[in-house]
Amino acid sequence: MNDVFKLVLKRLGLGVLTLLVISVLIFFAVELLPGDIAQAVLGQSATPENLAALREQLGLNVPAPVRYFHWLTGAIQGDFGTSLITGDRVGSTIGPRLLNTLFLASYAAVIAVPAAILLGIFVALLRNTIFDRVANVLTLTAISSPEFFLGYILILYLAVKTGWFPAIASIGRNADFSTMLYNSFLPALTMVLVVMAHMMRMTRAAIINLLASPYIEMARLKGVPAWRVIVHHALPNAWAPIINVVALNLAYLITGVVLVEVVFVYPGVGQLLVDAVAKRDFPIVQACCLIFAATFILLNLAADVGAILTNPRLRHPK
Amino acid sequence: MTERNNNILLKIRGLRIEAYADENWVEIVHGVNLTLRRGEVMGLIGESGAGKSTIGLAAMGFARDGCRISGGTVEFDGMELTTTPQSDLRILRGARIAYVAQSAAASFNPAHRIIDQHTEAPVQYRIQKRMAAQEDAMTLYEKLRLPNPKEIGFRYPHQVSGGQLQRAMTAMAMACRPDLIIFDEPTTALDVTTQIEVLAAIRDIVNEYNTAAIYITHDLAVVAQMADRIKVLLKGEEVETAATEQMLASPQKDYTKSLWAVRSFERPQKERPVNSETPVISVQNVDASYTSGAKVLDDVSFDVFAGMTVAVVGESGSGKSTTARCITGLLPPSRGQVLFRGQPLPPRYQDRSKDQLRQTQMIYQMADTALNPKVRISEIIGRPAQFYGGLKGAALKNRVDELLDLIELDPARFYNRFPPELSGGQKQRVGIARALAAEPSFIICDEVTSALDQLVAEGILKLLDRLQNEFNLAYMFITHDLATVKAIADEVVVMRNGKVVEQGAKHEMFQPPHHPYTDLLLSSVPEMDPNWLTTVLEERGVDNLGEAATASSAQQ
Repeated sequence: MNDVFKLVLKRLGLGVLTLLVISVLIFFAVELLPGDIAQAVLGQSATPENLAALREQLGLNVPAPVRYFHWLTGAIQGDFGTSLITGDRVGSTIGPRLLNTLFLASYAAVIAVPAAILLGIFVALLRNTIFDRVANVLTLTAISSPEFFLGYILILYLAVKTGWFPAIASIGRNADFSTMLYNSFLPALTMVLVVMAHMMRMTRAAIINLLASPYIEMARLKGVPAWRVIVHHALPNAWAPIINVVALNLAYLITGVVLVEVVFVYPGVGQLLVDAVAKRDFPIVQACCLIFAATFILLNLAADVGAILTNPRLRHPK
Repeated sequence: MTERNNNILLKIRGLRIEAYADENWVEIVHGVNLTLRRGEVMGLIGESGAGKSTIGLAAMGFARDGCRISGGTVEFDGMELTTTPQSDLRILRGARIAYVAQSAAASFNPAHRIIDQHTEAPVQYRIQKRMAAQEDAMTLYEKLRLPNPKEIGFRYPHQVSGGQLQRAMTAMAMACRPDLIIFDEPTTALDVTTQIEVLAAIRDIVNEYNTAAIYITHDLAVVAQMADRIKVLLKGEEVETAATEQMLASPQKDYTKSLWAVRSFERPQKERPVNSETPVISVQNVDASYTSGAKVLDDVSFDVFAGMTVAVVGESGSGKSTTARCITGLLPPSRGQVLFRGQPLPPRYQDRSKDQLRQTQMIYQMADTALNPKVRISEIIGRPAQFYGGLKGAALKNRVDELLDLIELDPARFYNRFPPELSGGQKQRVGIARALAAEPSFIICDEVTSALDQLVAEGILKLLDRLQNEFNLAYMFITHDLATVKAIADEVVVMRNGKVVEQGAKHEMFQPPHHPYTDLLLSSVPEMDPNWLTTVLEERGVDNLGEAATASSAQQ
């Protein structure tokens, strides 16, 4: 167990380092824009006096590395500065939005991950049957269609024609949990459809890949039933690739939902990011990017650790 | 033996099996008959491709993916297996017919404890409750002389050595006390010293429970110890069947006689040159270890003279291949040096000159994986000729033709072919030609014949011998097979745990007195005599054998 702990610490350290590199990239990418932030915010009509004043206000006269350092130390403490447009703290602007996005992502994940893995097991068991082919075609169709298109199709059939679910996923401040689930069902379903195919196909491939192993033949020759061969003998050895794909898709659920949020007018981080880019609200853009990067790094770290923990050779050293 | 009644347990008649290849069903077993009585052990013997395993599996009503039983009958205890639905067959498997696979390391599921895999079948068939099944497993482990029988089952497969795993797998096959066990080359992947323990354990337990068995192997000496009757197979057809003693004493068919004759190849032993000639390769006090681990080699020294073969023997993990890696510069030694004709070689291959690299070539055990399947034979052989010899165009083609002639493959037929189109022996010949193309003076042969059938292996040994005489090559011959050593070596180096235990000329090594380890190694090589195993076990004493097993597990 000690080895695993060391490995996790090492990966965690690497993750922090990666995040640091990304923060540099994010910060200086904004610096690289023609002109500076003040110019970008004020646009072409800016007078030199206005510019000078705004630069003074934003502290742009200080050299970039110093500002980066200030920004970074602030970010580590959760202070991402103030919005250029509204003047609110970035943290308090993003906070509730991030919670909404996380809610939607977990909602979709709770449905998609078990469903995808179960379906993957079923198609592995019934491989090369009509069920396998149909499941493959359907999930591939879902993943190949753009999210906004899927979203509109769902709105058309499940909201406009039947009226089962609301087309606009507004989750009010006082809505209770079940109402929130009901209201945000359509965006969640859209995302489920988008991420299912990868996970299901990887589960299927990882399991089938193992079916030629001698220990699977041994299990069959011991008279183990087919479902148990798959679930008990193949699946425990197939976790590593499955966990990796699940982690990537979970990250996508958080960072890649911009279009879905826009289609369903869902108040999440994605929509905030789009707005901030349009309005050149750079502190918010930087903070969002940093959060997305951290999400990717953390989930991949979790996937690595998960893959290690499912490997008996590492869990039980000699 | 006397208690055995004449009940017929398994009756196979006219068995035909087809395999799917290149979009066609090709028959690979052509009408084989087999009759097995209760408690009888039948040995199936033949080269690879003879259909031994396929027939063994068919006795369970099982055909691998891409195979099908296309004709004949398999009658097990009055039940016709070829027409029984799979769900009913499944109930037989594990419970009444069990299977012991060739590689226990690969056939145990790495994700579960050994004992959980052991109890799976009895619990599933509701023969025993889980706890009772575990108790029973421990009893069987004890009978099979596994160390710590109470505890070993709770380990994961990777925590247990190969020989122990193979015995644990035999115990697992016994879990439901089946009527029939199929042993599919259960000791082929093991060292001789481990093999003898597993053989003894299998034989005892099969006798004790009066279990019938089909014992599949390509090793005649092994089958002679285990079987009551022997059936010889060739390319999916039966050659002959007879009781073991009779088969060994007077084989009827030419093919069987040729199998028996294989071990007679032995070339005359050469002596070291008397005048103080410098050896081609001299390994001097070499220590080595992999990335900051424990020492794998400890003070290894030996010399190889021109035109001579030094066989390096020892069990797996004894440091034979690591020594080869040190000589070739793949693994720089942590101490000591390697001399080539008296001149020290730089420890890392990156620092060696082209000429130094050219002088030392390797031939690998698995020709399958050592040849790039997507590259033509002409290019595989031509590449070193081009790289070291600077040959181009017509000169290169002539050289490749010449090399193909040397390894007795017709250039016109093989020049443009790809490795997957070749048989195992042909691939190994290509591997030899690739090594020769560099015009080396020293070749390391790493278990070059152990993946091959005996007849093919003999061809390779003869070829290597001829090439040695023609080009005055020095060979370092890594092997764990003492029959090969007898056939081809001039000098022998015995290794154990990274140390040289004993070395000397071959005729001295095969004559007592030996170092105790050499003695153990030599006496563990199975002989054709059907009473060999019994005699050896008596000489060593059964307790002694158990201790040897514990000792070998302690090392690992």
